Amino acid sequence: MKPFAYVRAGSVEEATDAFAARPGARYLGGGTNLVDLMKLGVETPAALIDITRLPLDAVEPLPDGSLRVGALVRNSDLAAHPAVRDRYPALSQALLAGASGQLRNAATTGGNLLQRTRCPYFQDISKPCNKREPGTGCGALRGVHRDHAVLGHSPHCVATHPSDLAVALAALDARVELYGPEGGRSLSAADFHRLPGTRPEQDTEIRPGELITGVLLPAATAGLPSVYRKARDRASYAFALASVAAVLHCSDGVVDRVGLAFGALAHRPWRARRAEEALLGVAPTAAAFEHAVDLELAAAEPLGENAYKVPLARRLALDVLGRLAPVSPI
Amino acid sequence: MTGTTGTETVLGAPAERREGREKVTGTARYAAEYDGPARAHAWPVPATVARGRVTAVDAGPALALPGVLAVLTHENAPRLAEPDDPILAVLQNPRVPHRGWFVALVVAESLEAAREGADAVRVAYEAEPHDVTLTASHPDAYTPENANGGYPAVREHGDPDAAFAAAEVRVDVEYRVPPLHNHPMEPHASTARWDEGHLVVRTSSQGTGPVRAALAKVFELPEERITVSAEHVGGGFGSKGTPRPDVVLAAMAARHTGRTVTVAFPRRRLPAVVGHRAPTLHRLRLGAGRDGGLVSLSHEVTTHSSRIKEFVEQAAVPARVMYAAPHLRSVHRVVRLDVPTPSWMRAPGESPGMYALESAMDELAAELGVDPVELRVRNEPAADPDTGRPFSSRHLVECLREGARRFGWAARDPRPRSGAAGALLIGTGVAAATYPVMAAPSRASAWALPDGTFLVRVNATDIGTGARTVLAQVAADALGVPLDRVGIEVGSTELPAAPLAGGSSGTASWGWAVHEACARLADRLTTLPGPVPEAGLGAHADTAGQADAESRYSRHAFGAHFAEVAVDTVTGEVRVRRMLGVYAAGRILNARTARSQFVGGMTMGLGMALTEGSHLDPAFGDFAESDLASYHVPAHADVTDIEAHWLQEDDPHLNPMGSKGIGEIGIVGSAAAIGNAVHHATGIRFRELPLTPDRVLTGLLAHEAPPGTFGG
Amino acid sequence: MDSHDTGAAPAPPHSETTLRVNGEPRTLDLDHRRVLLDLLREDLGLTGAKKGCDHGQCGACTVLVDGRRVNSCLLLAVTLDGAEVTTVEGLAGHGGDPHPLQRAFLERDAFQCGYCTPGQICSAVGMLAEAAAGHPSHVTDPAAPSGEPVELVRAEIRERLSGNLCRCGAYPRIADAVEDVI
Repeated sequence: MKPFAYVRAGSVEEATDAFAARPGARYLGGGTNLVDLMKLGVETPAALIDITRLPLDAVEPLPDGSLRVGALVRNSDLAAHPAVRDRYPALSQALLAGASGQLRNAATTGGNLLQRTRCPYFQDISKPCNKREPGTGCGALRGVHRDHAVLGHSPHCVATHPSDLAVALAALDARVELYGPEGGRSLSAADFHRLPGTRPEQDTEIRPGELITGVLLPAATAGLPSVYRKARDRASYAFALASVAAVLHCSDGVVDRVGLAFGALAHRPWRARRAEEALLGVAPTAAAFEHAVDLELAAAEPLGENAYKVPLARRLALDVLGRLAPVSPI
Repeated sequence: MTGTTGTETVLGAPAERREGREKVTGTARYAAEYDGPARAHAWPVPATVARGRVTAVDAGPALALPGVLAVLTHENAPRLAEPDDPILAVLQNPRVPHRGWFVALVVAESLEAAREGADAVRVAYEAEPHDVTLTASHPDAYTPENANGGYPAVREHGDPDAAFAAAEVRVDVEYRVPPLHNHPMEPHASTARWDEGHLVVRTSSQGTGPVRAALAKVFELPEERITVSAEHVGGGFGSKGTPRPDVVLAAMAARHTGRTVTVAFPRRRLPAVVGHRAPTLHRLRLGAGRDGGLVSLSHEVTTHSSRIKEFVEQAAVPARVMYAAPHLRSVHRVVRLDVPTPSWMRAPGESPGMYALESAMDELAAELGVDPVELRVRNEPAADPDTGRPFSSRHLVECLREGARRFGWAARDPRPRSGAAGALLIGTGVAAATYPVMAAPSRASAWALPDGTFLVRVNATDIGTGARTVLAQVAADALGVPLDRVGIEVGSTELPAAPLAGGSSGTASWGWAVHEACARLADRLTTLPGPVPEAGLGAHADTAGQADAESRYSRHAFGAHFAEVAVDTVTGEVRVRRMLGVYAAGRILNARTARSQFVGGMTMGLGMALTEGSHLDPAFGDFAESDLASYHVPAHADVTDIEAHWLQEDDPHLNPMGSKGIGEIGIVGSAAAIGNAVHHATGIRFRELPLTPDRVLTGLLAHEAPPGTFGG
Repeated sequence: MDSHDTGAAPAPPHSETTLRVNGEPRTLDLDHRRVLLDLLREDLGLTGAKKGCDHGQCGACTVLVDGRRVNSCLLLAVTLDGAEVTTVEGLAGHGGDPHPLQRAFLERDAFQCGYCTPGQICSAVGMLAEAAAGHPSHVTDPAAPSGEPVELVRAEIRERLSGNLCRCGAYPRIADAVEDVI
């Protein structure tokens, strides 16, 4: 780990100013991934701007029925928050399916979204990785890639995004709120993370110096039935092999709102827009679910060792949609 | 055995762990936790090519960092005499035998500086093409003379091929076990200092005696000038059974810098340098009559070793002792590859070998339509099938029967896929277990003290087995005194010499000497005219010639494992719902710590079956899963209901305590029981571990739909 | 290759930090890179918190910071100015009586090598508080009422302690020990 300067910020503006003043700075939240990567030599910040004391640790219901989650709300507190458990169950379930009790106590909402891939080639500085060191090649394509992407990957990068939370946020139509040198803005959670393309070093649409200040959970998905389900190699404390978050609402016998997102299949949470389009306005039958999910996964391009992810994701999605359907699907 | 506390026999009693209070309060100290004045920390630099040589090392950038004291490389490290184990010849030449081999060591004032220094060392290599991929048809495969443990690589009785060809029922199957890693919770660590020519080492090892011998050899010192201690050891499971590079590097760095130096290996470095269970490719051919009697049993194993050392996982050895097959073949072949050097991992040989053999037996049972418990009973041999020697005791059948009774086996519907519960398929399976009885010579001393207490001294190592506790019980029993009057000292080469904790032989070896010393002391006390003298009264024992005497018996522990699994048909996730083991392992000396060892072994077997395994990366030559996030040892949620039971087994042909080893048998066959349960649940035979969702789901899909169709 | 002029290289950035450890205020001048685990083990000699992986993948380093269980290997100590840290050494009651969980671990033989044990015990202490405060887990019925204390059935204990690996396989006994103090 390289030495670094340390600045404790007292306000959002102080944080962004400190960041601007120090080339090579990084914001430090819970640190559960950043400190890990610094120990590995993957991250070598010249300065850490400690944002953990910023007043961004509240979960606030807003008058329009939405819920604002401060970027520094810890994963465990967010998962336990009654408003989240009662109105956005998939979000609570996603958080609880991730990491461990200890890690959830430290990890923050914003940090969770900004965590880096667990691709072993990214984590090993002695191996090529276009994400870590653009232009060096993709170690995983040549090496072992059972855990890697089946959707949206490029010849430059086949890494997946490891977050469970982000998958639920994508399905729930959440927005990510940012503040930076150019002021505040927000992005839809589903579009916050990128596909690798030719620039795998860029995980998200965040701009230099921007800080996640919060996440907005919309009124539109509040209280709708939602579920998160994850498959993994051991019963707990493991990253997803594939996961699904879904929110589904029907009226008059047809689907009138659906959000479906996959985790661990791609460089970002994979919002299944095609499947959603196919489901809107149709009866929630098993056949409709199968048709929609197959439509979405038709785009999959497995690498060989990870071909299992496609049927795994399919079955997870069908299981979850079936559970959310108001009547047992035929 | 006359020792008592009240009415209870000391030996066998569930005595509480002697060091337990230190462990639960955090005061137990492990090898890296001895902070001397001016202690320095060292951090290793691993090779980043899989094969080749170091052409240049630039230590300048590292040495320029604040706090960095020295950078040791093959160019400047102290010269070592040639070790018996070539993995200890660290920093002696520029050769890189595998990726992860250490090419430098940075010594610094702090952990932070050492780590930063290691990142800053620049190493140039001349890389050569490498090969890390094991196949059964590898052109470089050869049959070694011996497998690990000194077993002949090949044994053959009768004509297994002809008998197999003529058999009424045949099973000819291949199984694969991937590389497995010990990953004790405490990474390998040593703290060393040189004190006026005397080398003082704290190390995390299963045996300080072998560590001292290795250090004496490489540093060309008499053993009297070396003290090695291991008061508490955070697990080893074989990987600390032999000295590892940490202890040599710590001693080198301490000599080079004149400081006390701690080398604690980063977790990610362990797979490359502390040994691993080599992958094994198994071919099993079982030929049987319609009645289930085996006529031919052939177990052929291909495994790998490294370029620097031949280590052959003796996975075909258990087939030599298990079943009464008149035509019997067991063969080991090995391929030397550019891989890290494999070594011992809990029940080397028996663990992967019995996975394959006991899975194949289940296949045979299914083929015959015979209950798998019954099939094993029908093939129970009257004597050791390989040597012809009588068994000193063998209660495999009783273990199977008792296990079946406790598990509720009789109620089982034998048809595959007969237990469905919603999206779950439920199944049960059984497998047998065996582990050889071993013992090695040991010394011990026992002292009577004037205050009426006793002190036993023996260089045993307590790696978590409860050695202190059980040896005190052995002593109390032999002395005929209450347990709380016996003190015990273990874990240092300053104590009477004793073998390492390994091969499930520690308690037998140390206990034998402790028993002898205490029995002698008891004799002396009965003839002592007056009170115990101020200096105490001592007695000594050395079991050389006794413990290692050839026995006319074939001596093994046996056991039976039962497992119930649930297979999620949505995801292919397999979870063990319950597991039960019954063992016949001689006399159980401490019911409490023995149960923990059995359950611990079964838990590791669960990991082997379901979650553990690594890949040798064909492109880069190392293990792709090198940390605890990617190499999945079972977590708490994976381990639901595990029961261990044992039979009262009296065997007069073992040692004075009548005990067999118990540290390893729990892992033997437990993976097969789980795999067999998965077959019962799904109707699908999976022949490669671990049974992770990728494999299981793929199997479920192929079962549901013809190959080539997308769906499920 | 030895460094002969370490004095010439500038010291890495450091800051004075004060935290309370097991009730005692401690002020240290810390290299910013120092994590809480190394501070405890190297600076304070509190080696109860163990280094099993140094990357948040095993739980052996678990301690309580402001009453919550965390992996001390991933917390930069300089960020903890003003924090209250409790380690396994600080769990004992007045007079040195072991904490009930420490006693239960001993009585149940809920460990073998002991290396994961301090982390298991600290984690269990934190976990009991979380369940009492109504924190759900992965195995809690989603329909269970929010905010209510969660009953720690065996599956809950197992799931909630899954961040603490034990290679000796003491899990069933650990669950027994935790049940003893509920």
